[in-house]
Amino acid sequence: MTTTTPQATPAVRAQRARRGLAAAPFLAPGVFFLIVFMAIPVGLLAFYTFFKRGRFGGLVFEFTLDNWAKLAEPLYVGVILQSVGLAFIVTVLALLLGYPMAYAIAGLSPKWRTVALIAVVLPFWTNFLIRTYAWILLLNNAGFVNQWLQAIGITDEPISMLYTPQAIVVGLLYMYLPLMVLPLYASLQQLDPSLREAATNLGASPWRAFRTVTLPLSLPGALTGCIFVFVPAMSNFVIPELIGGGKTVMVGNLVRDQFYEARDWPFGATLALVLTMLLVVVIVIQAAVSRRITEGPRRG
Amino acid sequence: MTAEPLLRVDGVRAVYGDTVALHDISLDIAHNEFFALLGPSGCGKTTLLRSIAGFETPAAGRITVDGLDLLPLPAHKRPVNMMFQSYALFPHLSVEKNIAYGLEAEGVGRAEIRTRVGEVMEVVRLGHLAKRRPSQLSGGQRQRVALARAIIKRPKLLLLDEPLSALDRQVRASMQLELKRLQHEVGLTFVVVTHDQEEAMSMADRIAVLNEGRLEQLASPQELYAEPASRFVAAFIGTANLLDGEATVDGVTVPGIGPVPASHALAAGSPATAVVRPEDVTVGTEVSGGLRGTVVDTYFLGGASTISVEVPGLPAPLLASVHGATRLARGAEVGVTFGRATAVPRDPSQPPSYGTTIPTTAIPVTDAATAADTDEAAGAAGTAATGDASPAATGAPEASAPPRAQDVSA
Repeated sequence: MTTTTPQATPAVRAQRARRGLAAAPFLAPGVFFLIVFMAIPVGLLAFYTFFKRGRFGGLVFEFTLDNWAKLAEPLYVGVILQSVGLAFIVTVLALLLGYPMAYAIAGLSPKWRTVALIAVVLPFWTNFLIRTYAWILLLNNAGFVNQWLQAIGITDEPISMLYTPQAIVVGLLYMYLPLMVLPLYASLQQLDPSLREAATNLGASPWRAFRTVTLPLSLPGALTGCIFVFVPAMSNFVIPELIGGGKTVMVGNLVRDQFYEARDWPFGATLALVLTMLLVVVIVIQAAVSRRITEGPRRG
Repeated sequence: MTAEPLLRVDGVRAVYGDTVALHDISLDIAHNEFFALLGPSGCGKTTLLRSIAGFETPAAGRITVDGLDLLPLPAHKRPVNMMFQSYALFPHLSVEKNIAYGLEAEGVGRAEIRTRVGEVMEVVRLGHLAKRRPSQLSGGQRQRVALARAIIKRPKLLLLDEPLSALDRQVRASMQLELKRLQHEVGLTFVVVTHDQEEAMSMADRIAVLNEGRLEQLASPQELYAEPASRFVAAFIGTANLLDGEATVDGVTVPGIGPVPASHALAAGSPATAVVRPEDVTVGTEVSGGLRGTVVDTYFLGGASTISVEVPGLPAPLLASVHGATRLARGAEVGVTFGRATAVPRDPSQPPSYGTTIPTTAIPVTDAATAADTDEAAGAAGTAATGDASPAATGAPEASAPPRAQDVSA
């Protein structure tokens, strides 16, 4: 639909250049930040992946593709797949839990809406490690959950919940649920209420109005929420370490171990780069899908 | 109304917290009528419309359509369709899908949906835009999609909430004609909510004027203009010189200028306001036997001119309108006489709520134009062809309409 003119006249080009220069002072800090803290580190990371490891960390400047070849080993493929799987489960659960929550909050009166939103965000103000340790206390064999289950007679022996993949899912879900609720809430809350009224007025039952109007229009918010949950869940390494007991290794742990334990910087860099690329792909897909929803199919 | 009405609103009362939005409103609307609910923002007209549609629940009263009691029905089961002020088009659906929505909700078969959508798109001339999204349409096109979507189910009653307020002036004029045409063509009953008196006057068969939740007057546009029932209606419909005073047998005695002959049925001695339309005010250097005054300003509008005259004893200038240009200039000493005038009751305890001071720059110009265009025709049913300065034209749909009155009360 939008086609840029194939050949801009020199005058137009000069004008664009001037406009670009005028914007420069405003863009410079952000661009500088991105270059220093994003482009250069990622560039370094990419650079590292093509060299051999040093004995005690660092690099030996001998070109090699071994690091990339190593990725194909079943061990690492398995870890990456498991990470994707866990992050995916966490995302789906967050969506299922978060949607009704966001929907309910958007329907509250302004006063209670504020209260509910603060309640959602509140855990973020508490130290993340403390919150994670709290889960250990809750889930371990002598923890509250087991005590409670035994007290009401559901089980006689403690169920081992800590240090399982399920525990990791619970921990990640707990950690990132607000990141699902907030964008969903934002998209639901900004929906023009007259759209639902119009659907109703045209004879749609409340459920039908929800399914055909509210739900599709909140999809971009849902997708944003999914990204907000999936991306950090996939690269988290603290929760798998503490709640998963290090038994279930996710990509995040693997990267960390390569740098700190195995002292294999090049391979760690390769894993980190793969993780980054994977997440970029996910984000690009999300952006494309959102645009398609809001703007409709591309027209020629 | 001798025939059975299509819509009957009976003693409808709406309350928000401590505020009463509607004070026991009752009115009947006939089949195939083009009916307008007119009033400033906050007068309750939208509440009434939303009560009919089922988005508000009145505290008391009955609403029936063709004898069917609406109030117990949920909104999606009422045989009433509505065109929303913002149009409320579904942004994620194409024009076609938007229009088909009502039929799909009803479970109509696919083939029938296709033919009926095609037909309706012909009626509103949208055929070529079927696949577009609402965001790719102009304001007028969106409005027609909204209209098509609302009429496709052939509702008994079509409600239109400020149908033209989001359009710019040129499009408004043509949409106004289009709505009239459509109403005749499809034979629907229209209930339009508007704060724009010109819109209501030019389109509606009958108008209910609402103010602060009360029905001020229900009449034809001609009658509203010629025989307003209250000071509010006189001020709200068209331009008027309002002269507060006391009723006498054949007019109103206005402090400062004396008796003004006016037709009325009020008791002598009761507080009253004489209503004199600008076209009933004659101004000229040779005019004698009336009041004396000084021309403050003249506004040339093409077909007519408005002259504003300061008269000693009156706190605000009088407005007069004449055909064509005027030779009178600012500062001219003139005589002023009144032609036809009516009188309406006045609430002495309440200070005049309308138009004690009017910015004389723009607003009188508009209404004088309308009045002058049509004073030979039926009352004031004209379109605002020139100088529309109403707030709706500037894109402020809920802005209250400025009082179109030149209040000369003390």
